[in-house]
Amino acid sequence: SVLIVMDSCQPDRNKYFPLLGTHFYYLIMSASCLAPPCPSAPQQLVGVVGLEIHAQINSNTKLFSGSPVRFSAPPNSLVSFFDSSLPGTLPVLNRRCVEAAVMTGLALNCTINRKSLFDRKHYFYADLPAGYQITQQRRPIAVDGELTYNLLGGKNRNQVIRKTVNIKQIQLEQDSGKSLHDDVHSQTLIDLNRAGVGLMELVMEPDMSCGEEAAAAVRELQLILQALGTCQGNMSEGQLRVDANVSVHRPGEPLGIRTEVKNINSIRYLARAIDYEIQRQISVLQRGGTVQNETRAYDSKSGETIPMRDKEGLQDYRFMPEPNLPPLIVYGDNASLPTGTDACQAVVVQKIREGLPELPSVKRDRLVRTYGILPEHSFTLVNEDGLVEYFEAVLKATKKEPRKVIGWVTNELLGHLKQQDMSVSQSKVSPPALAELLELQEKGHISSSVAKQVFQEMWRSSGKTASQIIQEQDLGLVSDTAQLHSICQKVVDSNPDEVRAVLNRLIGLVQRETKGRADPVLVKEILQEKTS
Amino acid sequence: MLSLTIREVSLALREGRISPTELCRRCLNRIKKTRHLNAYLTVTEELALKQAQEAEARLLQGVPKGPLDGIPFAVKDNFCTENIKTTCASRMLRDYTPPYNATVVQRLLDQGAVLVGKTNMDEFAMGAGSTDGAFGPVKNPWSYAAPYREQTGAEPDSDWVITGGSSGGSAAAVASLTSYLALGSDTGGSTRNPGALCGVVALKPTYGLLSRHGLIPLVNSMDVPGILTRSVSDAATILGILQGLDVKDSTTIPAPSSLTELPEDFDVKNMCIGIPKEYHAPGLSEEVIAQWSRVADMFERAGARVEQVSLPHTQYSIVCYHVLCHAEVASNMARFDGLEYGHRSEVNSSTEAMYASTRHEGFNDVVRGRILSGNYFLLKQNYQHYFVKAQKVRRLIADDFKHVFSSGVDVLLTPTTLTDAARYSDFTQEDNRTRSAQEDIFTQPVNMAGIPAVSVPTALSRRGLPIGLQLIGPAIQDKKLLSVAQWIEQRVGFPAISQYRNDTRMIRKGADFSCMKRTVDTRNQLLTKSLITGTHNGLKV
Repeated sequence: SVLIVMDSCQPDRNKYFPLLGTHFYYLIMSASCLAPPCPSAPQQLVGVVGLEIHAQINSNTKLFSGSPVRFSAPPNSLVSFFDSSLPGTLPVLNRRCVEAAVMTGLALNCTINRKSLFDRKHYFYADLPAGYQITQQRRPIAVDGELTYNLLGGKNRNQVIRKTVNIKQIQLEQDSGKSLHDDVHSQTLIDLNRAGVGLMELVMEPDMSCGEEAAAAVRELQLILQALGTCQGNMSEGQLRVDANVSVHRPGEPLGIRTEVKNINSIRYLARAIDYEIQRQISVLQRGGTVQNETRAYDSKSGETIPMRDKEGLQDYRFMPEPNLPPLIVYGDNASLPTGTDACQAVVVQKIREGLPELPSVKRDRLVRTYGILPEHSFTLVNEDGLVEYFEAVLKATKKEPRKVIGWVTNELLGHLKQQDMSVSQSKVSPPALAELLELQEKGHISSSVAKQVFQEMWRSSGKTASQIIQEQDLGLVSDTAQLHSICQKVVDSNPDEVRAVLNRLIGLVQRETKGRADPVLVKEILQEKTS
Repeated sequence: MLSLTIREVSLALREGRISPTELCRRCLNRIKKTRHLNAYLTVTEELALKQAQEAEARLLQGVPKGPLDGIPFAVKDNFCTENIKTTCASRMLRDYTPPYNATVVQRLLDQGAVLVGKTNMDEFAMGAGSTDGAFGPVKNPWSYAAPYREQTGAEPDSDWVITGGSSGGSAAAVASLTSYLALGSDTGGSTRNPGALCGVVALKPTYGLLSRHGLIPLVNSMDVPGILTRSVSDAATILGILQGLDVKDSTTIPAPSSLTELPEDFDVKNMCIGIPKEYHAPGLSEEVIAQWSRVADMFERAGARVEQVSLPHTQYSIVCYHVLCHAEVASNMARFDGLEYGHRSEVNSSTEAMYASTRHEGFNDVVRGRILSGNYFLLKQNYQHYFVKAQKVRRLIADDFKHVFSSGVDVLLTPTTLTDAARYSDFTQEDNRTRSAQEDIFTQPVNMAGIPAVSVPTALSRRGLPIGLQLIGPAIQDKKLLSVAQWIEQRVGFPAISQYRNDTRMIRKGADFSCMKRTVDTRNQLLTKSLITGTHNGLKV
């Protein structure tokens, strides 16, 4: 789904594309985030942001049971005996989920732990049927990674600023069910469809300083996960859930007391929630108050964060090793498999590494290198699912230079898509059709302005080719001299006022040049001769 | 017919000497006659007869499913049985009917065995007497047999003795001849302890050899389905059927080899039998010691080496066992919140209030006490001091066994319990925790180490009650362990309860109280006695 974006730093773009997706925007830093600290001023309070991200693993079945995983199925229709914690049931680890976590770990330059462990984390909650969640507290499957993400900065917002955030760990764990509170009848309804779905919890170190950085990091992660196919990454469906740990301090001083901001269901809200929270904490401190260590929820309507009712005061999760799951062992390569192990049953890091797809950053570099397009265009291409493929398909069918094609794809095509909340695959103009249009323009059959008009027409009456439209509407380039002569004459003759105005303005300019010393009659004569 | 072993009755079925339905009816009748034992919580009469008829059809067609086809069995009420109530002897699950069968139950059903009922136990298997279930205690069948009545002059229904626990119902079912086999569970001795006190063979296999899927857990890292039978050979047959990988239990291990029949003429010559000196615990009865040395003597006479060995960390085992047990109990019991299944309190002022009263009403004091202490051990500030420390000691205990077995010892011979069965009125003088600590003293180190052990009945005590001895073997050597156990079984001459059955006032007919009559080589006796008596805790023999 597409979100309505109104970002103050891009007002004109909003005017043209009121429904433009967020993807343009977290590449662009707000002024507050970008401004270098003024060296003469006293040290300012700055924000420190870390993230805890829960990514639902894209798998057919749950982490420890054979129940199918699907969004928006009828309540409690995807629940196995294990998911509802029937006594005597035991967890059986889903290999696909392990492979997804290893693949994600590799894409984020993590160290993959050859041996990882599962633990129980206890708390009573209605949508946690067993009274504990199986997670990886002591030894997660992947540790010590990093994520490189980019911001567009500089005066013209065309300067790519590369940033890195450290990934502390990726742990496998179970999702909980969902509670629906019915306040009218004062009851809680439980849906266990989600209970037991595999999650990757990614912990990003507090290496970010503002909402835009966090948003850009999450967007890059989203792209990586989608490229890997390990998570669909849709935040509004809860496939990607982001909690932000926010604190403020003066650079060089210890970190301040942090709050945890939850209930953020889009990347845009993430940026806003964090920036709001940073400002809130700064004002609290400036008023002489102290920041409370608490959990706050983001209210997207008011744009504020508000304290959440503390569940049970201080939680002690009483972690304990999960006794029903032996240590999770992954193997470096086929050679390290113990004899008698079925290679198809084992998780082999080397095999997963070899199967890694092209990651977004590599793809962007390749696009810039191969086609000579601007870096910011490479971001636009990669951000939109299927746009790179579309762009390359157009290039294959036209001799037009990539640098000239890119504008058509990132402006005309994407603009139309966004306006109608469509994905690239739903485009009304196919790559060959666009290529045909561009060929006609390249060969001089139509002007560039007519080309844009034709594109709009193609979009409206989908199925018609560019040449059909040009023919039907008589939009071809006119190049008959005599015909053009008579048209021009007619225009000049029928617009005497315009001609006079132009002449007078030109006379004025000549007088300025000669500091008013030119003979006006002569000047008029000469200009009339020169422009006719 | 009811007192036969599985092997014998299986043959009788095949030879047509009795039909499965007739056999089933006889077992059901006997269950009715022995109702006072309270061994069964659910009797699956209708289903049993239906299964028996199916078995009968197969036998008549000459296509039995296997050696168990048509043979009645009982299952402890903490194994899930599809569409059959599974209560764990708790109010919490009083009306709980699982939608699936535990793997071990399914494997028996797949063999054509006939389920006659679910057996009584301590609530959620927390206990060592089968006295702490929500549906009343189990009475030891030997309480009603002539030897006990005659030796003690006991009054029926007042001076009865306990079965031990927590699988007391299963042990009583096999001992009272209502089923040929029963499944128990063994976390700290819960199968072996009642096995010993009820005079039946009780096997606790190597951890992981039998699937726990469908066994409502006490301590996942120690629970093992236990096998209770009337002969060692039967236990081996059942082990062969139940063992092996189960995709539904990730802690299962492949069966070492298909367990065929035990050798009839197993030779213990040149074997090394270890006598752990630490098993001379305070409270060990003279009679049990006498049995211990008697059997040790037998081994020695047969050419085995009988050696005193040391398992130095044994004394720390029981307390660590309790820490680990309570911690896992606290965790495992968390799911009983009244939401998805089981008892739900009427209190509905809030979800939390509902949880609290559901759990208060559903669990007995023992369960609640263990949940409380278990959660205490798991608190962040206590975790290192209790849980981690107990796990370290657990490793040392496992290492003790490893060292002994790698030093050339083949099996260890120990008592199973301190004494023969206590009278109910005496047993309940102490609380569950004290009793568990006493009763599990010889059995739980084996669970800490995950290795196999079997309790074999050896003799009747002066009170006319069974005494069992325990054999402990290295991991996965269950078959060797059973071969040694059978060797003992063949020589001790433990009397069958059927000799005294049906008449509690019956005059003793040549009961062989071999423990008192034995004649042994004096030299050997002295030698072994010096081994057995050891020097532990200044205990006098």
